Amino acid sequence: MSELLDAIGTLAGSDALYTSAFQLTVLLVFAASGEWVAEKAGTLNISIEGMLLAGAFGSVVGHEWTGSAIVGLVVAAWAGVSVASIQANLSHRLTANQFVVGLALNVLVLGLAAFFANSFDIGPATAAVVRIPVLQDLPLVGTALFARPWPAYLVYPLVPALWWLVYRTRWGLEARSVGEDPQAADVSGIDVNERRRQAIYVTGLTCGIGGAFLVLAQVGSFQTSIVNGRGFVALAAVIFGGWTLRGTILGCGIFGFLEALAFAIPANGYSVDPVILSSTRYVVALLAVLIFATRVRQPRALAQPFVRGLT
Amino acid sequence: MAQIRTRPGVLMGRTASGDLGITAVLYVVSLGVALAISAGLVAMVGGSASAVFGALLDGSLRSPGAWGLTLTTAAPLLLVAVGTIVATRGGLVNIGQEGQVLMGACFAGYLAVRLGGPGWFVITMSLLFGALGGGLWAGIAAALRSWRDVPEVLTTLLLTFISFPLMTYGLRQQWLIADRDTERVNQINSGEQLPASAKLPDLRVFGNAIDSGFLIALVLAFVLAVLVGRSVLGARIDMLGFNPRAAQRFGVAAKPLSAVVLVGSGATAGAAGAVLLTGGAASDRLVFGFAGNFGWDGLLVALLARGRIAYAIPMAFVFAMLRTGSSFLASTGVDRKMTDVVQALLVLALLVPPAVIFVRNRRRSLRSDEVGVSTPTAAGAA
Repeated sequence: MSELLDAIGTLAGSDALYTSAFQLTVLLVFAASGEWVAEKAGTLNISIEGMLLAGAFGSVVGHEWTGSAIVGLVVAAWAGVSVASIQANLSHRLTANQFVVGLALNVLVLGLAAFFANSFDIGPATAAVVRIPVLQDLPLVGTALFARPWPAYLVYPLVPALWWLVYRTRWGLEARSVGEDPQAADVSGIDVNERRRQAIYVTGLTCGIGGAFLVLAQVGSFQTSIVNGRGFVALAAVIFGGWTLRGTILGCGIFGFLEALAFAIPANGYSVDPVILSSTRYVVALLAVLIFATRVRQPRALAQPFVRGLT
Repeated sequence: MAQIRTRPGVLMGRTASGDLGITAVLYVVSLGVALAISAGLVAMVGGSASAVFGALLDGSLRSPGAWGLTLTTAAPLLLVAVGTIVATRGGLVNIGQEGQVLMGACFAGYLAVRLGGPGWFVITMSLLFGALGGGLWAGIAAALRSWRDVPEVLTTLLLTFISFPLMTYGLRQQWLIADRDTERVNQINSGEQLPASAKLPDLRVFGNAIDSGFLIALVLAFVLAVLVGRSVLGARIDMLGFNPRAAQRFGVAAKPLSAVVLVGSGATAGAAGAVLLTGGAASDRLVFGFAGNFGWDGLLVALLARGRIAYAIPMAFVFAMLRTGSSFLASTGVDRKMTDVVQALLVLALLVPPAVIFVRNRRRSLRSDEVGVSTPTAAGAA
């Protein structure tokens, strides 16, 4: 235990840790902020894992075709949205159970990605690093925040844009009302399932971009285990944040930092049991869900399907 | 946190009152689309769909001893599925079977190499201990649900991801599940080999070795089918699934019953892990990644069975066929991950027809409400 504390103490002064934590956080923010929109509209969307993987795979395919990271990003976004469209139409047009659809989609995307990755030879894909002058020289966090491959910077406009979308537009008001009280929304003329589908498309878009970020700006190539449950951690981050965008991002930061620590501690020669390290973020996620689940308000119709005339 | 309720009707296939013909057409079309997509993918990587189909059949049924192995493989899938189906009927969404299977296997592996006595005793105790392991793991989610209304969807899932490193830890500790024989090469990160007496006996039928775990799964399926279909407890579970508030008014203790059902589904998953270890479907020592997606696949079987335990038996067999068949795919030059894709497509395809019919009936009944007709099925199908 003392070795663990010692390790954390030493690493807290290294900017490598902050860089890694920032990278892992950004991925979670892409995933969780999109998921937050879907949950605001009443869908507990567990196909988020599949959307991330589809995005990651789409980005290497796009990059392979054209050699351009921008095309990779576009293909990734498209791939994320395609997964979202299956989820949306099956669960909010045909009203199939959203968990069943999500689970099947995760299996499908994982199977497809593994199948294609094993069948075709796919090379590495990276995006160029963009350095922001002056700011990148800040101590500790300079490299972490301001000398990143360019897809990382997309997260800065994304978060305020989603906030504006949900809290300052007519669409956002309708989406929130659909997540709180679908019957009332329906009576006032809002197409409940249409708003929910659109919210899922937003999740697909941000997760697709997140997947592209994971490949282009973080790992540099595709493996089928690349997402490795982070989509589910993002789900926990939304609950941690009590369905507020601010809290969700804070949750992403905490989970991202923990994961970075788990990578950094053994890499710096400290012998802390890897089990403690690799399970910490899930244990913390579990504790977070436990502590924050009842205290704050979830969208009242979360995970409840809407069929006009029922309930 | 308000409880997350699912509509069991959709999950379990509220029988549609629509025409049988349309239902059949919908099933044929959606399964056809799924298979056509699969064939298209095979063609895309330069394989031949008929060769793949032939190889799958060879591996799962036609080659010597194949169907015995397929039945052996179906046993853990069925065990996972039956418990999950009961949970689904009670409105609980347990999706952490993979971790529960793993914990079951670890518990069984711990006991099987330590317990002395006659073989049948060791096997029985190992299976029960496995069930205990799975039940305890699901019990954490059940406790969180009862105590704080934490949705079990998320907790069971997170627990699965905790179970993987936990097992890795156990595989390094000799007082847990690591091999105690330090002389053996590659003894690190692997469990102790089960003595032959602790293995489930095989049934020999026409030259096929069928694991007796399959019989256990069938018996449990039968018992649970009677339980949910014919007992007061089963009726209470169903009531809980359809409307927890109404169930509470009728005197069903909603919270304890949910917890029991969730733990029970974990226990059958744990038993599946024990069968996996003591039977012939996986290796006879614990290794990393031992659960080998049996939990996830068993969950899919349960979801496809739509609340009917009887349906889970053929579904488990089909999934086992895809598993055993996939080992023969190498000769066709098509990657074996193809079978994962086929499985997922089948799940999605089987999801569509009942949903379409549900929506269709719903629309009709709304329309007839508007014109003041009270019967939900309007005459004259469009």
